[in-house]
Amino acid sequence: MVITDETIEYVGILAKLELSDEAKEQAKKDMSDMLDYVSKLNELDTDNVPAMSHAFPVNNVFREDVVTSGDTREQLLSNAPEQKDGCYKVPKTFD
Amino acid sequence: MSKTYETVIGLEVHVELATKTKIFCGCSTEFGGAPNTHTCPVCTGMPGSLPVLNKGVVEKAVAVGLATNCTITQNCKFDRKNYFYPDNPQNYQISQLYYPICRDGKVEIEVDGKKKFVRIHEIHMEEDAGKLVHDPFTDSSLVDFNRSGVPLIEIVSEPDMRSAEEVIAYLEKLRLIIQYLGASDCKLNEGSMRADVNLSVREVGSSEFGTRTETKNLNSFKAIARAIENERERQIDLIESGEKVVQETRRWDDTKEYSYPMRSKEDAQDYRYFPDPDLVPIVISDAWMEEIRRSQPELRDEKRIRYKEEYDIPDYDIDIITNSKKMADIFEEAIALGAAPKKVSNWLMVETMRLMKEHSVDADDLSFSAKNLAALIALVESKAINGTVAKEVFEKIFTDDIEPEQYVEEHGLKTVNDAGALTKTIEEIVAANPKSVEDYKSGKEKAIGFLVGQTMKAMQGKADPGEVNRILKEILSK
Amino acid sequence: MKLTAVELGKKIKAGEISVADAVQSCLDRIKTLENDINAFVTVDAEGAMLQAEEIQRKIDSGELTGPLAGVPVAIKDNMCTEGLLTSCSSKILSNFIPTYTSEAVLKLREAGAVIIGKTNMDEFAMGSTTETSFYGSTQNPWDVSKVPGGSSGGSAAAVAAEEVPYALGSDTGGSIRQPAAFCGVTGIKPTYGRVSRYGLIAYGSSLDQIGPIARDVTDCATVLEIICGHDDKDSTSYDADRDYEKNGITDTGNDFTSALVDDVKGMKIGIPRDYFGEGIDEDVKKHVLAAADVLKEKGAVVEEFDLGMVEYAIPAYYIIASAEASSNLERFDGVKYGYRTSEYTDLHNMYKKSRSEGFGDEVKRRIMLGSFVLSSGYYDAYYVKALKTKALIKKAFDDAFEKYDVILGPVAPTTALVKGESLSDPLKMYLGDIYTVSVNLAGIPGISLPCGFDRNGMPIGLQLLGQTFDEKSIIRAAYAYECSREYKRPELLTERGL
Repeated sequence: MVITDETIEYVGILAKLELSDEAKEQAKKDMSDMLDYVSKLNELDTDNVPAMSHAFPVNNVFREDVVTSGDTREQLLSNAPEQKDGCYKVPKTFD
Repeated sequence: MSKTYETVIGLEVHVELATKTKIFCGCSTEFGGAPNTHTCPVCTGMPGSLPVLNKGVVEKAVAVGLATNCTITQNCKFDRKNYFYPDNPQNYQISQLYYPICRDGKVEIEVDGKKKFVRIHEIHMEEDAGKLVHDPFTDSSLVDFNRSGVPLIEIVSEPDMRSAEEVIAYLEKLRLIIQYLGASDCKLNEGSMRADVNLSVREVGSSEFGTRTETKNLNSFKAIARAIENERERQIDLIESGEKVVQETRRWDDTKEYSYPMRSKEDAQDYRYFPDPDLVPIVISDAWMEEIRRSQPELRDEKRIRYKEEYDIPDYDIDIITNSKKMADIFEEAIALGAAPKKVSNWLMVETMRLMKEHSVDADDLSFSAKNLAALIALVESKAINGTVAKEVFEKIFTDDIEPEQYVEEHGLKTVNDAGALTKTIEEIVAANPKSVEDYKSGKEKAIGFLVGQTMKAMQGKADPGEVNRILKEILSK
Repeated sequence: MKLTAVELGKKIKAGEISVADAVQSCLDRIKTLENDINAFVTVDAEGAMLQAEEIQRKIDSGELTGPLAGVPVAIKDNMCTEGLLTSCSSKILSNFIPTYTSEAVLKLREAGAVIIGKTNMDEFAMGSTTETSFYGSTQNPWDVSKVPGGSSGGSAAAVAAEEVPYALGSDTGGSIRQPAAFCGVTGIKPTYGRVSRYGLIAYGSSLDQIGPIARDVTDCATVLEIICGHDDKDSTSYDADRDYEKNGITDTGNDFTSALVDDVKGMKIGIPRDYFGEGIDEDVKKHVLAAADVLKEKGAVVEEFDLGMVEYAIPAYYIIASAEASSNLERFDGVKYGYRTSEYTDLHNMYKKSRSEGFGDEVKRRIMLGSFVLSSGYYDAYYVKALKTKALIKKAFDDAFEKYDVILGPVAPTTALVKGESLSDPLKMYLGDIYTVSVNLAGIPGISLPCGFDRNGMPIGLQLLGQTFDEKSIIRAAYAYECSREYKRPELLTERGL
């Protein structure tokens, strides 16, 4: 499968990655090679096979509706690149 | 000749579920609180943290599904919806796309006496995002994750509504159902109920749908009505001037009364949904579903029928009282405490409504207890206080939920039942007003009213007007 | 230190060695070797000595009596440790100090383990060479011109170099078993769900499992017994109270040390012919088959069979793992923790620059592949197709385990490669995972242990696979083999005077 500039650009928007022109060429090639390789799966007839998310069936794992956590704001915020007034600070989100 | 257009509207309604804790962690969902004080590694997207589903969320979602005639997806799953935004700590929202918990429901609405069904396409569970606040001092945004992970259900309707009135009737219907279930308080102004409007227009008679837009940020019924009207006109203008409606998400600005497109080129709107591998499927057995159905409280429509049968009060009163779960609760509780249904209904319909208007309080926000209302009614019944005093006391109940017995005692508002003292006062009034006595005796029956009023005044309002009347007549007939 | 973890634990318990001495001896060894090996991202000398004091006190007072009380351990740097840098060997987390500790590490601490430090790895566990680390590559202690394998290369090298008696690793597609094989040590990838993933920084959530890397099978079984068990914080963690039987799943129990029995009489062992096809090194093949002969001589019933689906495992694995990774790694955005670029014009520019500067090439490659296969129009063709393939692979194993108790094969087609060889050709590197990735797709347990040396003196790994929640069969088979192995365990470094 040929990966176009548009596709790499689009994936960059989805994944929030910005590549240099050189890296972009390499990424196009790598992705193209990889997609060709994984297309091997098309040899398999999977029409009647259910998609398997978990390797074995487990269901209904729940928590009871009980408050268990307290205020750990200062600890959590200690890793923030920027903070202000008890909040995580980010570039403005709307204008 | 200009064409006539029909508005086609579908709604995506988000409702915050009234659980004690968030959907995937043990943080409190309590409203308010200093920023980020209701957060933990899970709801702030810390590396290595994992979600565990709150059972109460599933039960409430199923309850809403059953009450809106949905089919419950007995084998459902959570998916990740991937998009970058700072209010979304993992940069994916845990939601449901492929197997939503409820499908194919419907609710009946009534507008101008005409009834119709609005179909529900699906209801899915998901987590709420945090809150972004603009900081003018640094021209940046500040993120508060207290709301991040609060459980939501999103109720997606079919495009079955044709006017703002139908939209509001549908929302009212949902609000009542969900409030009665105790699944949410459904307050538009606090954001615990939010509606996004999907709207398109088409020529009357056309069977094809037009291109639709989605309008967000609608915080009141008024805003919804205005936004619908505005978007309808905007789309008709586009079509009439030969332009195309673009399928997009728009944000409503209620102060400026217009909407604008929300997304930039950095938003691809390609959410790359896939089953969340950190969570396991939910299997809702018939037995579990039955248990939820059985524990479902009485809903509004059932209440209306029962009130009519049991309490014999007017339909109008029933509609008003049941239009808020809060008011219906007060009504039933007061009756359970021994108050006569008609008396309770009267207090709710007259004084309560008057004070709600005066204090701009919604029925859902009534803060007085049924116990104090019932006690007040008992005081009136036993003639311990008269009607005028009762109204005065009720105002205090309405605003401060005071205990009427104690209040009446402390303020000396009890009716004077000392017949001797009352007779003495009346005799004094009669003696001081020979003109009125004369008028009465010459056949002007109305003159007695003045004498009663004077007596009440002299008694500082604390007499039983019926008793005053009786004694007066007795004296005057001598 | 030549002692295994359990041997050291016994001596500490008997008062022959103090915890502080054990810790100091590890620290000394690390000091001597780290320039050459670079197995650690963080060595917490001060913290370890403090822990040593406290644990010694608890041992003396009889509060701590477990087999590993006082024994030092190294933790792969993708497991959160409160107050201690947890970087995933990535620039993007190069300043991240967790405020919580992963469940598996907590369990070790409760058992009296002393955490010496955090080990190097391929960035975000993506790689099989430990060359993609932001902190530089780790070298194979057997030959420093070679890779230690990966992604738990730091943990495997630290154990092989005798810097620590044991370590924790994580395995998404072979990341415990393959470096264990390359470094001549033993590692277990438990059944998915056996060990809590809480606090493990996710790569492929449906595949990741934490497991032990140690000098022998006894150590691995002992460590696994401590770190396993249900955790309310991980929805996918195994809960013995649930009715698994209904789904045909049998738990043989988590008393793993009880399976340390030198007896394989009657045990049925299958050797997949498809594991010995094109691309396998002759020395690897020879020694793995020789190991099978040892077990046969000890009474196991050994036969060859066709497993099937082998060539589809890598494509399915890379689609699933990359897709999950693309989503799991979205949270690294410069907002809440980790690296944020110094200059940016707006929010999206901040995201893009922080991530592009913070992630290395291999991580970016997988994120992009993963984002692509989940994107609109490709989801069914790639992701769903891979999940269906996963079901077929699981079925192939289920069929095999109808007939066999244990499946025996190589861990990797070759021994450790020369550094730099595979980085230039990612696809070639991926192909080295052919015998390991299907195990993660099927969720089953696997053990990797040394079974000889190639012509260059590099260790070869033997892999034994068991049915879901039947770690005990592979532990028993591995232990029996180990008892009859020509050498007790590889200890070449010390013998070479290093």
